[in-house]
Amino acid sequence: MAVCVAVIAKENYPLYIRSTPMENELKFHYMVHTSLDVVDEKISAMGKALVDQRELYLGLLYPTEDYKVYGYVTNSKVKFVMVVDSSNTALRDNEIRSMFRKLHNSYTDVMCNPFYNPGDRIQSRAFDNMVTSMMIQVC
Amino acid sequence: MADTVLFEFLHTEMVAELWAPDPDPGPGGQKTSLTVLESMGFRVGQTLGERLPQETLGFREELDVLRFLCKDLWVAVFHKQMDSLRTNHQGTYVLQDNSFRLLIPMASGLQYVEEAPKFLAFTCGLLCGTLHTLGFQSLVTAFVTALPACKFQVVIQKP
Repeated sequence: MAVCVAVIAKENYPLYIRSTPMENELKFHYMVHTSLDVVDEKISAMGKALVDQRELYLGLLYPTEDYKVYGYVTNSKVKFVMVVDSSNTALRDNEIRSMFRKLHNSYTDVMCNPFYNPGDRIQSRAFDNMVTSMMIQVC
Repeated sequence: MADTVLFEFLHTEMVAELWAPDPDPGPGGQKTSLTVLESMGFRVGQTLGERLPQETLGFREELDVLRFLCKDLWVAVFHKQMDSLRTNHQGTYVLQDNSFRLLIPMASGLQYVEEAPKFLAFTCGLLCGTLHTLGFQSLVTAFVTALPACKFQVVIQKP
């Protein structure tokens, strides 16, 4: 169960950020911001390594005592960052991957919306509903 | 299959519509229509650039992105691959299509060569938009010497 989901544009500004417990919003914003450095590190490390194929899923970015932060980058350099509760140890890698895939699909749908200008904040209700379903789902 | 020609018919109508209401097509009028077509192609290219590479893994370098354009993008839009890709390895690429789908119904040879560029504007925008989503600022121009073959020159601009 994700406690915070963020979509960050190529130029590193947030297109969408939402967290569950409303009081700690600033803390999550700060965590997402610091995780961007780790994302950039991973991307440049992948670029230098002579691996045949680059993965889109970045995996666990960094763990803290209460939370774990996961990252995913698309081919258009849009980053998805997800913060999950550490106490939820039942959450496996596969499940995180499938959550990111759902996010990616919904983001692509938002891009295809003719009323959406690339680079604006995401205001689509369909996207909101999908994120809500990810945040309240109990494993 | 009828669905392969749907886009071609739509495109023909788009060009006809943007050109027709211009009673005095001075140089300003023609350029605006070309810009409108290119910007339409650009927006479509942006969304295609997001949706098409969704399942493929990350691109490692510029040439990979161009190869993606020649294979996956061209197959998705025109149901065939680009015939040749040449580069000078310094940011300029020439993509050649020997039987461009949007030009085939027109002629085969030198007839209508002056009219051909307006039918290529949308596709230039398409290439530009897809490259933009994938992270490259580019300048795309098209050349026609003999229908239905055409060349797209892509110059990737260094920031």
